[in-house]
Amino acid sequence: MLRPTNYLTKNYGLPDGHKLPAYEKEGGYEQARRALRMPREALVDDMKAANLRGRGGAGFAMGVKWSFMPWPPKPERPHYLVINADEGEPGTFKDRTLMEKNPHAIVEGCIIGCFGIGAHAAYIYVRDELHLSKERLWGAIEEAKAKGYLGAKPFGLDYPVEVYVHTGAGAYICGEETALLNSLEGKRGEPRLKPPFPAQVGAFGMPSTVNNLETIAAVPTVLAMGGDAFSKLSDLHNLRDGGCRLYGVSGHVKKPGVFEACVGVTLRDLIYELGGGVDGELLAVIPGGSSCPILRADELVNAPDPKSPIHPWHGKSVLDVPMGVDTFRALGTMLGTCCAIVLSDRVDPVLAFHNLMRFYRHESCGQCTPCREGSAWIFRILDRIVAGEGTLEELDQLHEIADNIMGNTICAFGEGTAMPALGFLRKFRPELEDFVRTGGKSSTRRLT
Amino acid sequence: MSQIALRPERERQVEQILSRYPNRQAALIPVLHVYQDEHGWISEEIMQVVAERLGVSSAHVKGVVTFYTLFNQHPVGKHQVWVCRTLSCALRGAESVLSHCEKRLGIHPGETTKDGKITLRTAECLAACGQGPMMQVDKTYHENLTLADVDRILDELQRS
Ligand SMILES: Cc1cc2nc3c(=O)[nH]c(=O)nc-3n(C[C@H](O)[C@H](O)[C@H](O)COP(=O)(O)O)c2cc1C
Ligand code: SF4
Ligand code: FES
Repeated sequence: MLRPTNYLTKNYGLPDGHKLPAYEKEGGYEQARRALRMPREALVDDMKAANLRGRGGAGFAMGVKWSFMPWPPKPERPHYLVINADEGEPGTFKDRTLMEKNPHAIVEGCIIGCFGIGAHAAYIYVRDELHLSKERLWGAIEEAKAKGYLGAKPFGLDYPVEVYVHTGAGAYICGEETALLNSLEGKRGEPRLKPPFPAQVGAFGMPSTVNNLETIAAVPTVLAMGGDAFSKLSDLHNLRDGGCRLYGVSGHVKKPGVFEACVGVTLRDLIYELGGGVDGELLAVIPGGSSCPILRADELVNAPDPKSPIHPWHGKSVLDVPMGVDTFRALGTMLGTCCAIVLSDRVDPVLAFHNLMRFYRHESCGQCTPCREGSAWIFRILDRIVAGEGTLEELDQLHEIADNIMGNTICAFGEGTAMPALGFLRKFRPELEDFVRTGGKSSTRRLT
Repeated sequence: MSQIALRPERERQVEQILSRYPNRQAALIPVLHVYQDEHGWISEEIMQVVAERLGVSSAHVKGVVTFYTLFNQHPVGKHQVWVCRTLSCALRGAESVLSHCEKRLGIHPGETTKDGKITLRTAECLAACGQGPMMQVDKTYHENLTLADVDRILDELQRS
């Protein structure tokens, strides 16, 4: 059900909404002031009760992640909080709005986060292109420092906290948390083998927590409301998927944008209410960034098993399932970053498939053969198909290549390439076959 | 050496950057950005200087420079124009923005105009998907572009 909220976005419309006075007027920094006086355990428990699922794509429970940090911290092994604002997943443009319009929620979240995981420094890793975002974050850090909320004695207390903005240099893979850690350390942004996990060996070899930017920005709201109350904002509280979050919608909708609402919004709400409806007729939607397998508008939920989280929607349109981490996994796709890409029926899905696979070929870091070669091969075949030179055998070959990437790589980029490829192959097989048979004459040849 | 010196405010920037990390190597990417802001690209000589400043090998610096697409390994135009062509923007006309730029400038992506003013490039998703089609010019985003907007922006760059 669509229930808009404005915990994160209330100052989005104000001209100086990103500055400290606007933030403090709404109770800003009161939660950090309070958190630093709480027992650490109580703080982490409140975060667990919030059922705040990571907003970066994987949907891991945030409070649980904090609790993985070794405790108590050893003086010779300082902890670090690392915030992921690499925002590179195609279709995703939500974290940027927070950095530009509500940077103090991020800084306050970092202060609370540092305390929660026993760190004294937080690094916010922002992709380099987002110059305004970086400027706004530094501005917020300076304002908070000037007030004594950050630095040697935040709020006069003996718990030093520094927050820094770090920048990348153009590489989607640096959004993967271990690649990001390498990049933060001044290395090539190549993912690391896990284990060890960041909680053991993270930034600079020290115990670290990596949180997405929206995840950390929600922390002051969680604390203000209380974890349980926050969780219960959501229609999916019972699935431990709590609170409110940002929803993005782009592509063929009348009002593309970023909106805040309680968890439980359906794709139909997102496209037709928040997004103002489809510009044309709806063909398909990619629910949460390009790595999530595509859903066709005419698909029905197939979940006869009463134990399935989506059983209540069995036989109904996929557009009517509340968007949640577990509900969308059960649908065979993913919630990802919760930023949907909408395709109208003018679009040739073969061209959309081709466009996305070019992205993955370009962004593979090249460490693993199945990913490096597989992503290049998939794109080469699609290039031939789009040029009218593909064969039906090559369609089967695409299946095989994608299957071979799955499970054979260092990081989840491999799956993030293979799963959307398999999604297009399964959902648009007839269109792909027609395209191949007619050498492209069956196609609208349109993306717009 | 003198050719790769930084102006004083950029020197101060480097010192500030160095103060943020527990070791010098971590400053590498931000420091390379400062040098690129000053010189437009990262030459072998700059890699050498940065390596010495941060106490890492120049092979390491080279490995980093070649990994990240935003570090220019060759001189580029005075202005960088990046057109996003990933799906959300493509659905809203990125290809026509790109081909319009190509026609107007008489160059293909990856090339620089003869007067050295503009380098045209394609970009992958720049986190402006709801405001496509879009392009980045140097450090500024231009969103919800019409072809008339593109003309105006390119005119200004050519006059600059
Ligand atoms: C290829 C790839 C790219 C990713 N890009 C991002 C990103 O841009 N931003 C982000 O927050 N997480 C990204 N992630 C997820 C991170 O690895 C990590 O799960 C996340 O930052 C954890 O934060 P969260 O638990 O708060 O979501 C990416 C993962 C992969 C495999
Ligand atoms: S799966 Fe791909 S992106 Fe990830 S480490 Fe391997 S080659 Fe690099
Ligand atoms: S697709 Fe162009 S900014 Fe995301």
